[in-house]
Amino acid sequence: MSSNKKYWKSVEELNDNSSIVETLQQNEFVEEIPTDTFLGDKETLESSSTTRRDFLKYVGFSTAAASLAACEGPVVKSIPYVVQPTEIIPGVANYYATTIANGHDFASVLVKTREGRPIKIENNNLAETNGMANARVHASVLDLYDNKRVKAPMKGDQPIGWSQFVSETTKKFDELKAEGKEIAILTQSYASPSTRNLIADFREQYTNVRHVRYDAVSESAALDAFQAKYGERALANYDFEKAMTIVSVGADFLGDWQGGGFDSGYAKKRVPDHGKMSKHIQFESNMSLTGANADVRVPMKASEQRLALAKLFSYVTGSNVSGTLPEAIDQAVRSAASELKRAGNKGVVVTGIQDVNAQTVVLELNEYLGSKAFDTKMTIKTRRGNDTEVATLVADMKAGKIAAVIMAGVNPIYSLPNAEDFKAGLEKVEMSIASTMKVDETAKLCTYIAAAPHYLESWGDVEMKKGHYSLTQPTIRPLFDTKQFQELLMTWTANPQSYDEYIKMIWNQDILNGGSFSQALHDGVYKVAYDAVDVLDDIEDTLEEDAVETPAGDAARALSQSAKGATMELVLYTKTGMGDGQQANNPWLQEFPDPITRTSWDNYLTVSKADAEAAGLVNENVANGGLNGSYANVTVNGVTVNVPVIIQPGQAKGTVGLALGYGRTDGVQSELQTGVNAYPLYQNFSAVQEVSIEKTSGTHEFACVQLHNTLMGRGDIIRETTLEVFNTKNKNYWNPIPKVSKDHIETPVTSPDVDLWDSFDRSIGHHFNLSIDLNACTGCGACVIACHAENNVPVVGKTEMRRSRDMHWLRIDRYYSSQDSFEGDNAKKDNISGLGSSLSEFGEMESPADNPQVAFQPVMCQHCNHAPCETVCPVAATAHGRQGQNHMAYNRCVGTRYCANNCPYKVRRFNWFLYNNNDEFDFFMNNDLGRMVINPDVTVRSRGVMEKCSFCIQKTQKTILDAKRDGREIKDGEFQTACSAACGSGAMVFGDVNDESSEVAKLSKDDRMYHLLEHVGTKPNVFYHTKVRNTTKA
Amino acid sequence: MKKVFSRNLTESLLRIGFVFILMFSVSIQAQEAAEGQAGDPAKGKQLYNTNCAACHRLDQKMTGPALRNVEARLYDEEGLDREWLNAWIRNSAALIKSGDAYANKIWNEYNQTAMTAFPTLSDQDITDILAYTAAPPPAPVETAATTATTAGSEPGISNEIILGALALLFALLAMALVLVKRTLNHFAEAKGIEVEESEKRIPIWKAFIQNQFLVLVTSIVLLLASGYFVYGYLMQVGLDQGYAPVQPIHYSHRIHAGDNEIDCKYCHSSARVSKHSGIPSLNICMNCHKSIAEVAPETQAEGLEYGQDYNAEIQKLYAAVGWDQNEQAYTGETQPVKWVRIHNLPDFAYFNHSQHVEVGGIECQTCHGPVEEMEIMSQHSPLTMGWCINCHRETEVKVKDNGYYTKIHEELSKKYNVEKLTVAMMGGLECGKCHY
Repeated sequence: MSSNKKYWKSVEELNDNSSIVETLQQNEFVEEIPTDTFLGDKETLESSSTTRRDFLKYVGFSTAAASLAACEGPVVKSIPYVVQPTEIIPGVANYYATTIANGHDFASVLVKTREGRPIKIENNNLAETNGMANARVHASVLDLYDNKRVKAPMKGDQPIGWSQFVSETTKKFDELKAEGKEIAILTQSYASPSTRNLIADFREQYTNVRHVRYDAVSESAALDAFQAKYGERALANYDFEKAMTIVSVGADFLGDWQGGGFDSGYAKKRVPDHGKMSKHIQFESNMSLTGANADVRVPMKASEQRLALAKLFSYVTGSNVSGTLPEAIDQAVRSAASELKRAGNKGVVVTGIQDVNAQTVVLELNEYLGSKAFDTKMTIKTRRGNDTEVATLVADMKAGKIAAVIMAGVNPIYSLPNAEDFKAGLEKVEMSIASTMKVDETAKLCTYIAAAPHYLESWGDVEMKKGHYSLTQPTIRPLFDTKQFQELLMTWTANPQSYDEYIKMIWNQDILNGGSFSQALHDGVYKVAYDAVDVLDDIEDTLEEDAVETPAGDAARALSQSAKGATMELVLYTKTGMGDGQQANNPWLQEFPDPITRTSWDNYLTVSKADAEAAGLVNENVANGGLNGSYANVTVNGVTVNVPVIIQPGQAKGTVGLALGYGRTDGVQSELQTGVNAYPLYQNFSAVQEVSIEKTSGTHEFACVQLHNTLMGRGDIIRETTLEVFNTKNKNYWNPIPKVSKDHIETPVTSPDVDLWDSFDRSIGHHFNLSIDLNACTGCGACVIACHAENNVPVVGKTEMRRSRDMHWLRIDRYYSSQDSFEGDNAKKDNISGLGSSLSEFGEMESPADNPQVAFQPVMCQHCNHAPCETVCPVAATAHGRQGQNHMAYNRCVGTRYCANNCPYKVRRFNWFLYNNNDEFDFFMNNDLGRMVINPDVTVRSRGVMEKCSFCIQKTQKTILDAKRDGREIKDGEFQTACSAACGSGAMVFGDVNDESSEVAKLSKDDRMYHLLEHVGTKPNVFYHTKVRNTTKA
Repeated sequence: MKKVFSRNLTESLLRIGFVFILMFSVSIQAQEAAEGQAGDPAKGKQLYNTNCAACHRLDQKMTGPALRNVEARLYDEEGLDREWLNAWIRNSAALIKSGDAYANKIWNEYNQTAMTAFPTLSDQDITDILAYTAAPPPAPVETAATTATTAGSEPGISNEIILGALALLFALLAMALVLVKRTLNHFAEAKGIEVEESEKRIPIWKAFIQNQFLVLVTSIVLLLASGYFVYGYLMQVGLDQGYAPVQPIHYSHRIHAGDNEIDCKYCHSSARVSKHSGIPSLNICMNCHKSIAEVAPETQAEGLEYGQDYNAEIQKLYAAVGWDQNEQAYTGETQPVKWVRIHNLPDFAYFNHSQHVEVGGIECQTCHGPVEEMEIMSQHSPLTMGWCINCHRETEVKVKDNGYYTKIHEELSKKYNVEKLTVAMMGGLECGKCHY
């Protein structure tokens, strides 16, 4: 049953004596209204020279002056085009298919442009590969309007013209060629057929040229292992839709593991269909997004993961691997192995251990299983970095062997662990060129900065997976005087074509095979059968060493040998919001709360509760609900960084986690220079490091929203059950309709008899409902950013976030629950065998924070049919529409905040300040460039008004209008909200329930359907689907 | 906006005088038509306007060359006779093909744009047209005189004169009465008759103050009246009804939408599909104004009545769009026009033109007023929320032949038991329909 579990959002809530939780449950606005600071206390008032009479005079005068000034309206100018482009109609959006390929994120997307300005990123449903944008890709449109962009090519810190740049650099290259000196090109992974050809041209022209690919977050080990086994430098593709049993050893495959983009396939099989769903077992150290979604999560040290993987191999294949795991973990590995064996070709194993042996074991294991989800033909091409080559390059640069270096899409001074060596090397290089959008840490040390355009201003092509091609096309004229890296290569090789012509030529020659380029450009994607693409295999990967064939079992044995534990292990990871750090100047992403820790504007050391207690590290919530944490020194091989600490439930004991991608300083405005740079700890490109942790003085103030807007202690928020119960028991057992007492008779709360309200007739016209499936939701946060972009949600900054004044219309609540309900505890107690096990497992039961289960729940305005907010508004600013939407008229709102106080779901947001055109909030809404991203169809709210999710009424109204204009009925699927359109996992389905044939109408009749806080009787138009975990315990 | 008419008597009198002078000074203009040999320039003008005026001007290069005295010029300069001209007019393409040197020269000079062939023009027609082109240019009209004449004959003025005369009459009458009374008094005095002085009464204002009831009623009335006017004043704050700003280029909707009956949506085409009606881009203007560099003299005269020089305004357009009239080519130097926006809705109100124009089938004039009569565009409607709502209450939804409405119309008309549904019944009064 669902209701006997205890859910909590913060460790603080587990503390019975915490006053702060109590306060937060009682008051929505935890801080007192600062009347004293505003008016001053009695003493200051008396000593003030302004008397009450004077004050009133001033007020009177200023009111009169203001009203006089208001009488004259401003003159509004309107400037039409001189010659209007035929494709642009003011007020009508155009969509273009394009592709982001920034080295970390690769996705085919649709770009919505208004009057020629890109304003929003949408998913490209035509794309089979990476058509679902993640949070960072959704936010990437704001990077286009980044005030910190390089606006023209520069020499040192002086802007120069392109002609000077080209003539000087070409001259230098020619000199170097004559002298026979070596030129190095250091780039991100492009996976671009045309770029590869252009680099080859460049190498041909200047002969002594070395091309090194560098991924800031390396997948080199996996690439090496795959290359050794299959002869191609690529990554195996996994389609989790075809897997019924997924075992992951340290792979955050719902995050950035091997390029990401696996979540939509994964989510499809996580929804019970005819009583079946996939089973996901996760072995990991940090609490990752993937671990949070797993059915079984086994926290363990990174070193133990190596042994666990080796053991898993031995249990599945029957081969012999030495080494012993702790009993509990061994048990878990055994059960995972038996599950895998049972699943056969419907099982799949993945690992995130950066070790060639570990990766080889996984490849072998999947081959052994004959896994259908495992694909070695349609390989992933988006990670190509080679650690050895990068290391060699740095050494050669330092040795003075490299005369010139061209860098594109990389920031090695920031992201290399041995950045000092690279810096020393860069000083020895005669000429260095950085093709970059920002004067970042690397660019500022280079001879030339080749100002690069944003991907929305560029051309390009990408082969994300073998045979799956996509095109990048400009959606706006370059805002600044920029040239993309490929154009530079063409200039240097004296190629007279333009880059787009060149792409077209390459595509017609090698890829399209007679297909239409225009069609490919329109779709953004083009798919080729495998056989046809062999010709395009790499022509230039000559530097790689000859691989050694490791026979089956050897890799596993070698892996188990390498499993040497340390007392404390650091596991570096990338956050959903920040990735590898190149989007650090993006305020949407900085303000995006991490799905797991719910902390924004920071990175931090995640520590298990036991380790924190041992080291004296504390987290505490202060009176305003903000979270404070101790600082700790983290030392790896003599490199020390000082980071704040967050106690993370589920963090494996003996491990700490730290996110890469923070601590950027150059090319980032001061408000967004957050966190600490963890790359210096990323030594030898290994995500796992032996560390020592030492508490230091001081407390850090986090902008953590996990205690904000709690549901005030009202229970029955998350409903979950197990697959066994779901399949065997009646709906009323695991998803009962709450009952209330009427005349001492239990009556379902949905019955009209117990309702105080007279319902309106909602059967005519559209009636919008949003379905959210807690099984399919992975908590990825794409919807949060999509909502941000669509609805002009302001960024409030770290201190305001800390004060619980975040403006996100859509939040994803993360709930922890003890893995075990009462019944589960009993079952566990019965299973205890031996003293060692009993000690550990009883211990576990005592401390629920050790390995909690996690549930994600997106919460936005529930658009209650019987809305509590509407009845308390004194000015009728919020009212109900017939189509089910709860309307909010900002111009009517006087800001009493009664509605927010009366909302049981805590989804209303108050504009405490004017967030646009205000220097106090110097984010995108405070400069002309940043404001270009604003959606012209949605009001930019002002100070003192309440706002909230509108069910994207601007989108539903547009859909209706389009249909009216065409004189047709609306088909299912046409109605979308920003969140439902962004949801790649299919968790959110929006539509018209009055349309019997619609998907949402069917979902509303599903057995798993429930409403949030149904017993309150608000009759929401958002409904959830009970989370079903694929476990047998109840 | 209020216009203050302050005319004083002297002005009116002066005008009367002017009219008189004009009436008596007969200007005899000798209009001796220059008779052509065989051509009739009047008929020629008609033919010219129908067939040639789209591409030719008499005194100016346009799509084709200027045509004033074309026959004589051709004969003098090129030695080409009527035969050649006839051949060119009836089928220039054939003439060019035949390799005629001058035909090819002209063809190349005018960007190889072929002239429309006019095989149906008879010899007489061509003679008439050429006669028209050979007619001497008309002497520039005395514009000042025309204005004065037309101004003097306005009906408004004559009303004022009558009123003024009446006022004068009454004043004279009153004066006469006062004089009569005074004379009678003198007579009485002279004859020694005692005129009875009426008894001294309390002055009326004192009586008024003493009557408290009257004071009370009056003050209430005054308060109410002032309340009414203050309220009225406050309610119009922020309303710009009648707002008619001066635009950078004087554009007359009266001429375009009224006289020429150009459909509103020809220029404001995005009103069909977009929330904005759109201010037309200048290339739309040039669709016509490429060949209309000057307005007809009558139109120009009409414009001067409004104090506008239409031809100068067209030149402003050319400057903005970068059109070289002599070269008949774009220079590429453009200067976007900063129009002053007249209809300003606040940011928080969403209004969609296509919803009203295309789906609702509402005439533009319903909200924008008689635009086709407006020389200077002004805001016709108050654009207040009450005004919107009123219309939504009264207007019936155009459901006919619209597949979207079929189902909802059937259901709603059953629910409300009416045949015709208003916008309000469809939910058009909900806050969120316009505020988001």
